[in-house]
Amino acid sequence: MNANAELVDLTVDLRPIQRVDDDGDLSPHRRMLLAFAQNKLAVAGVALLLAIVLFSFVGPLVYHTDQVRTNFAQADLAPGADGHPLGTDASGYDVLGRLMAGGQTSLIVGFAAAAIAAVVGSIFGAIAGLAGKVVDSVLMRFVDGCMSIPQLLVVIILATIIIPSRLSLAIVIGAISWFPTARLVRGEALRIVRLDYVEASRASGSPSRWVLFRHILPNSVGVIVVSATFQVATAILLVASLSFLGLGIPPPAASWGGMLATGLQYIYDGYWWMIYPAGALIVLTIMGCNFVADGLRDAFETRLQRR
Amino acid sequence: MIAYVVRRVFHGVIVLVVVTAVIFVILHLLPGGEARAVLGAKANPAAIAQFNRVNNLNRPLPVQYVLWIGQLLHGNLGRSYKTNATVMSLIAQRLPKTLVLTALALVLAVLVGIPLGMLQAARRNRAFDQAMSVASLAMYAAPIFLTGIVAISLFAVHWRIFPAEAPQGTSALGILEDPRALILPVVLLSLGTIAMFSRYMRSSTIENLVEDYARTARAKGASPKRVLLRHVMRNALGPIATQLGLFLPFLFAGTVITESVFNYPGMGLLFWNAALARDYPTEMGVALVVSFATVVGSLVADVGYSLLDPRIRFT
Repeated sequence: MNANAELVDLTVDLRPIQRVDDDGDLSPHRRMLLAFAQNKLAVAGVALLLAIVLFSFVGPLVYHTDQVRTNFAQADLAPGADGHPLGTDASGYDVLGRLMAGGQTSLIVGFAAAAIAAVVGSIFGAIAGLAGKVVDSVLMRFVDGCMSIPQLLVVIILATIIIPSRLSLAIVIGAISWFPTARLVRGEALRIVRLDYVEASRASGSPSRWVLFRHILPNSVGVIVVSATFQVATAILLVASLSFLGLGIPPPAASWGGMLATGLQYIYDGYWWMIYPAGALIVLTIMGCNFVADGLRDAFETRLQRR
Repeated sequence: MIAYVVRRVFHGVIVLVVVTAVIFVILHLLPGGEARAVLGAKANPAAIAQFNRVNNLNRPLPVQYVLWIGQLLHGNLGRSYKTNATVMSLIAQRLPKTLVLTALALVLAVLVGIPLGMLQAARRNRAFDQAMSVASLAMYAAPIFLTGIVAISLFAVHWRIFPAEAPQGTSALGILEDPRALILPVVLLSLGTIAMFSRYMRSSTIENLVEDYARTARAKGASPKRVLLRHVMRNALGPIATQLGLFLPFLFAGTVITESVFNYPGMGLLFWNAALARDYPTEMGVALVVSFATVVGSLVADVGYSLLDPRIRFT
């Protein structure tokens, strides 16, 4: 899972390059929006993510269930029975309601971790690229080393040290996911500091802090946003893996990975509703993030190409 | 060439130092320190002080790090909190079995993913290519614990073709004696890697197909098949070779899940059980071994690539 940087590149040229039709007069931002809107997979990804967000956060307002107290009298009910459209699990929790609750955890931790990774990674990478020379090599060797330790292993180890909660998981996953971002932003920074106007700015006495926040980071926004979007997917996968391995947020908190782990115990009983809905949601969420990230990357490229 | 290898090895050693330092720091994040973890929450201060003195934990951190590295170089990874066996012996028992699993999955991924990617590139943007692209995107988004469950419920529970549990041999050879039970874990572990390899190979082949040399070969009368297999393939494989080392962490993360789903007696299962039991020395030992393998793997891949493509050595 540490092959993040590689994963990021994985979905390159999935489809023919989208031609933005004759648009000579459009501003770069509008052209970018247009390129994104014309990308069917990207739009499908946005729709998918929106649907999952609505399902997880608005769903519980409409469909009320008790996801804290167990109810063994109502355990293992098949879908449709007794007002449970997707049945109940071994503890008597309503599966549909539990999917919503689990979705909240996945999305909150996923987005928060990606945000943390984006901030830390871009500042770290920008500093390395701006400083150059020894500082750059030291910082980048640190990143190389960290990327050699499998991410899942570090998450598992840290999850056994901390007490898993939404906040602590977001921090832990964010703290170990920023390395690919740092590498990418460093690459951008190396390019940007050599631009004439940045050299002019430095020559006229701008402090490094100004160059960092005024020139490097704003110009790296494309790279940062794209890699953050991919990271949402990775973080959601990590959360699900942790819960599946029994090291996630402990019950009664709901999680998709945890639901799969319980479902696995009932696999011989044919209780499909404990497995497939949660599995489908994990796959759809991850695919949605990847589609959006892909579309964003292509869109940012169009903006740069025409400029 | 030698200069390149020396430079690359030096780089690898620095990365290894960083890896050990990071793992050392994590080890010291343990709440209450190692003493509390070993002796329990109710240990009295005298016992803790004694433990710290015996294990050099009262020395300054840099000194501790150097001592720890010294132990490491002697192959001493400490003892498991739970079984009191040396971590090295636990890993030595499990490592060959995990190597069997990952090697088979890697071979399968190369044999399927690379031809698939080339075929997709040759037929790009047609129905076959698009169908395969969608399939690899789905494979790539589906976590192994999910595909594993689906495969077990279909192949083991429903059709009863393969057993639901991996072979339980005590050695790597014992594992290989039960090939039927090995099929599901190997195939599932390779799915994600197949998806990645085919995607890489596809874009790398397309990049090369539009190069001048490919066009020239075609103009001189080479058949499309010959251009693809004799001219383009070698050039397209290069970038993949460098990635092989970096696939190791990804593959190992996969083995942790695969081994836990199929109860495969390898290093992933060892790691998972250690994590559940809060057996930190074992967790750290496995993490160290895997990270070392990654660094060495990408070193070997880079040197191999430079043999394959001499241009690399001079950049």
